[in-house]
Amino acid sequence: MHEMALSRSIADIARRRAEGRAVRAVEIDVGELRQVVPDTLRRCWTLLVRGSDLDGAALRVNRIPAVLGCRACGARTTPTDLPILVCGACAAPDVEVVSGEEFLVRALEVD
Amino acid sequence: MGRFHRHDGEHEHSHDHDHDHDHEHGHGHGPDSGHGAELVGDHSGYATGTERIEILERVFAENDHAAAHNRAHFDAAGVRAVNIMSSPGSGKTTLIAQTLQALKGKLRVGVIEGDIATAIDADRLRGLAAQVSLLNTEAGFGGECHLDAPMVAHAIHGLDLGSLDLVLIENVGNLVCPAEFDVGAHRRAMVASVTEGEDKPLKYPVMFRVVDAVVVNKIDLLPHLDFDLGLFLANLRTVNPAAKVILASAKTGEGVQEWLGWLSEPAE
Repeated sequence: MHEMALSRSIADIARRRAEGRAVRAVEIDVGELRQVVPDTLRRCWTLLVRGSDLDGAALRVNRIPAVLGCRACGARTTPTDLPILVCGACAAPDVEVVSGEEFLVRALEVD
Repeated sequence: MGRFHRHDGEHEHSHDHDHDHDHEHGHGHGPDSGHGAELVGDHSGYATGTERIEILERVFAENDHAAAHNRAHFDAAGVRAVNIMSSPGSGKTTLIAQTLQALKGKLRVGVIEGDIATAIDADRLRGLAAQVSLLNTEAGFGGECHLDAPMVAHAIHGLDLGSLDLVLIENVGNLVCPAEFDVGAHRRAMVASVTEGEDKPLKYPVMFRVVDAVVVNKIDLLPHLDFDLGLFLANLRTVNPAAKVILASAKTGEGVQEWLGWLSEPAE
């Protein structure tokens, strides 16, 4: 359970980048392959910001689906058998993760 | 770093506030692409009077920055650092104790001992290691279930790197959170014991994917268990085809030489 630590990092980024403006919402991208539970993250976020300068700022989570690129056949596919990462076209295990590992603060909504 | 390195590393961002942050996000899954997003599309309905500013800053940026700093510290002192992770009770501390015993007089080994509370493991290793720096995450770090790079930076101050060759970072026993945090080690290893079940690699794929080596520990117990080693190894290979696998018993010493060999290999 590292969602509290992650919430603190997100809050630090929001604070720094808002440059003193009131933050209404923080929008984050979370890849499907990351071990982050959006509901838990939102609960931790609510607890963390309560009574702080970020009180009332909503946390919006964009889930980013996993996409694999196959080094054998070149296909781009979505894994259907997570956590096993094999090409959806030719079943080769030699794949690179094209997306699904994102974890970033995409945007802020400020006054 | 293994084959499944994090791709959010492509979004490297400066901490400079004057930096222009409107550059394109690499993978074409912007908020307008509509897949999987819980809140997408027109935000203007509730956003009257507010401004949306694009940031695209990685949540791990600060941790990774600190990790790079730690690595630079290790490099400057010519020290190799290995992050050792496992679930609680896998025999990680026993393996480290064996390692220290075997390397005594050959390599000067420092240990960063991560635990939520107590100095039990640190005390156990103190007579064996050249230096031990204890990191209780309960004290000042919110009782975290993992080590992160700033914590390890703190622990490095408790070591004299100039008089060490190798630093073993014993992470908090946990198969989830430690996998997410680069602490600045050169390589990552994990200990998985045969008392834990064959399905562990499938249940904790991120941990099994990020490591360069897996020590399968407690193999002296195999005759007494139903553990299917072949199935475990097959499961491990489906999530990490490249990791070095070492069958070992920290209790009997079996496999420990192979582990020491891996530890003394240069990092890729």
